[in-house]
Amino acid sequence: MSHVQILKELDIDFMGKRRSAAIASGVLLLVLLLSMLLRGFNLGLDFTGGTLIEVGYETPTEVAAVTQALTDNGFVDATVQHFGSRRDILIRLAPQSGEEASARLSDQVFSALSAAADGQVELRRVEFVGPQVGEELREQGGLAVLFALIGILIYVALRFEWRFAVGAVAALMHDVLFTVGIFSVFQIPFDLTVLAAVLAVIGYSLNDTIVIFDRIRENFRKMRKGSVLEISNRSINQTLSRTIITSGTTLLVLLALFFLGGEVISGFALALIIGVLVGTYSTIYIATAIALWLGISRADLLPTPKEGEVVDDRP
Amino acid sequence: MNHYPLWKNLLILVVILVGLLFALPNLFSQDPSIEVAGTRDNPVTEASIAEIAAAMENAGVPVKAVEPREGEKLLVRFTTPSEQLRGQEVLDQVLSDRYANALTTAPDLPGWLEGLGAQPMFLGLDLRGGIHVLIDVDMEAAVDQALERYVGDFRTELRKEKVRYITVTRDGGRLAVRFKDEQARDQAEDILRKAFRDLTLETGEEAGQYYVYAVLPQAIQQQIKTFALQQNITTLRNRVNALGVAEPIIQRQGERRIVVQLPGASDPARLKELLGATATLEYRLVDTENDVQDALEGRVPVGSALYRERDGRPILLKRRVIVTGDQITDASAGFDQQSGSPAVFVNLDGQGARRMRSITTENVGKPMAVVFIENRTITRMVDGEPVKERVRTEEVISVANILEPFGRRFQTTGLDSSDEAHNLALLLRAGALAAPIEIVEERTIGPSLGQDNIDQGFRSVIIGLVLVMVFMALYYRVFGLVADLVLVINLVMMVAVLSMLQATLTLPGIAGIVLTVGMAVDANVLIFERIREEIRNGSSPQASIHAGYDKALSTIVDANITTLIAAIVLFSFGTGPVKGFAVTLFIGIVTSMFTAILGSRALINLIYGGRRLKRLAI
Repeated sequence: MSHVQILKELDIDFMGKRRSAAIASGVLLLVLLLSMLLRGFNLGLDFTGGTLIEVGYETPTEVAAVTQALTDNGFVDATVQHFGSRRDILIRLAPQSGEEASARLSDQVFSALSAAADGQVELRRVEFVGPQVGEELREQGGLAVLFALIGILIYVALRFEWRFAVGAVAALMHDVLFTVGIFSVFQIPFDLTVLAAVLAVIGYSLNDTIVIFDRIRENFRKMRKGSVLEISNRSINQTLSRTIITSGTTLLVLLALFFLGGEVISGFALALIIGVLVGTYSTIYIATAIALWLGISRADLLPTPKEGEVVDDRP
Repeated sequence: MNHYPLWKNLLILVVILVGLLFALPNLFSQDPSIEVAGTRDNPVTEASIAEIAAAMENAGVPVKAVEPREGEKLLVRFTTPSEQLRGQEVLDQVLSDRYANALTTAPDLPGWLEGLGAQPMFLGLDLRGGIHVLIDVDMEAAVDQALERYVGDFRTELRKEKVRYITVTRDGGRLAVRFKDEQARDQAEDILRKAFRDLTLETGEEAGQYYVYAVLPQAIQQQIKTFALQQNITTLRNRVNALGVAEPIIQRQGERRIVVQLPGASDPARLKELLGATATLEYRLVDTENDVQDALEGRVPVGSALYRERDGRPILLKRRVIVTGDQITDASAGFDQQSGSPAVFVNLDGQGARRMRSITTENVGKPMAVVFIENRTITRMVDGEPVKERVRTEEVISVANILEPFGRRFQTTGLDSSDEAHNLALLLRAGALAAPIEIVEERTIGPSLGQDNIDQGFRSVIIGLVLVMVFMALYYRVFGLVADLVLVINLVMMVAVLSMLQATLTLPGIAGIVLTVGMAVDANVLIFERIREEIRNGSSPQASIHAGYDKALSTIVDANITTLIAAIVLFSFGTGPVKGFAVTLFIGIVTSMFTAILGSRALINLIYGGRRLKRLAI
């Protein structure tokens, strides 16, 4: 064979290790779930409401100086940090109650900073999300994930069979929980773009699952002998190099996005990187394993006989 | 074997060429420009073009072109941003009384391309800079205000018909009219029923008192709300237009929200002040018959109300309003001829003018007061729940004796500064808001951050693309190069479709493009792996190509449709930037199916088709 190949003809017994994998997945998920319950999320402004202001100074500026300027003007509970470079400052204000909850807060902060600074201060970004909007976005986000899962469940059930659909959706839920869980454990800011990434993970991971399911279906029809387990293993092995190459190219671009796309988009890229890695694993050990466990059989996937061919044996 | 009929090759070629054509406008630079719009009395014409060109020449500002633009506007193109700013100064100085202007950019397209309707991609606010605000309309307040108006109307109607009532009050969501005896009550019920057909009336008796209750039926409430939203959109549009921003977007979102987007705008403080302001004026007669001191001690005479002037001094005014801000048709700011203090010149509509004339005629020599009214809605968090609260401030800004009767046009002084006079004139001109509003979301992106976002986004697309291309070429050789070419075509097609649909490209949208670059090769990877498999199984090269494409097809379609489902869900639930991601993801999947399946097959057929092959470079 003359071509470059990452993987030679393989015959790994993936399904034989499905019990150990299930235990490992279970334990990890439990830890992540605990973290989600106990630590919760570092929810971004989109979901909590509040005000965020990014300003650019002409010269590198210390966080302490900005904090001082804010405290002098009565903004006591502001979080101040550098953003990207030492000339850029990001200021967060938690949702306030009363008069200060209004959209005017950012203007007051900006004019306070302009007055305190030596040179020019540039208003680079303002994000203000009122309390009700934050609540709505949270609700919509949850609904979006739910509807995506339901839509996919229906499509896979129609195209394949319900056992595959359940396996696929279980794998997707695993991926979502895993990605989101990592954001909880490391308290990485979770905002709207991260939510978009989670939905993209659903799409991506499913892509992988479908490819393997497709192969299992094809092999069931083609290979007359071999147990369900053997055929599943065979199918996973046959598609493995494709799985790795596609994950690889996707990871390549995601890494480019993570390192070059700027701070605003890095959370998005990170969620997808986690999702792609987990999605590849879950396709094999969650989706296929669950379909197997639910008892897929050759008969389920063979073309269904036409109505007329069914012999009615009752008089 | 492995031959596409000519028509199929041509079709693919045509699609790609059209794609290239529509992606082309994105390569042209943007001219810094000024959009010039006429006012009601001064529409822009052919003559305006010459006039503007002449004004620029006089001032020594080089102009690239002055051309008509759709929507009865003109576009003045410049070569550099500094010339653009000087150009705006010229327009402000020389022509500002007749034309409104706004800074913008316009792509420098050759005529034939513009003639095709080709345009560059429409950049979202996070890429071009600008202000986005989401406004919540307080619909309940609109209904409240309507009820409030009925209180006055009831009193007037009953007085006119000489029916004696004790009080007309608001009682939660209904009006309660109290009477001393049943007969008056029944008589009033008849009158009110005839005069106010919209209302549902009921009668009642409580503690020896007789009542008529009135409620607004649901349908009418709905009508009031719809009207309030419409009216607010119109008012906000008028206010925004006064700001001079090119291509503003003001549209309804959902049941009670309005989105305002101002590309390129960079002063959110001024915008918010202007959008949220509900300042209006009311003219009332001063109550000179009663004593202010008595009123301060709680004995406010019937028919009068206690107000305060700006310096805090109390003053008694008649309850009856002469005219309200609604009746003002035009207003402009200026200075009082005698005192030189800032003033607002006001024009009234016919009804208001008649009323003003008759009242001022009757009251020559008596003082009249101007009340400045501001409504605001704020949200407080009470026990973790958002609660809306309305704040209304009323101040008397000026009191002056009526020297002679006047009607349609007059001036009002007493404002703190000429800025305030300007704002007030603008607000009066734009019309009042039908219901109080509150800004519930703001996203402002400064122009430099927008450019940074474009640069970073563009860089990640290019680097990601190059990485994937190098890998594919090394791994699949000739087939890899085909996949690379197809990948670039896919990118061009995506840009073309985005430009054609004028869908908004956002930063997450660029992330979507990057992601599709990574995922678009998947279809080709599936096909190529299948071909390798067939070769390993001993098929001939030509048969392997055929079987590879054939067998991978259903897998590719299945896998992509599920991703499309995710994209559609994202689009329907997402807002703003997230929607942008969903759009590019969707378009990317569709174009990649076309390029990766049909495009790559056509190329492979051209390279290998119809030949005897010993081996494939895969």
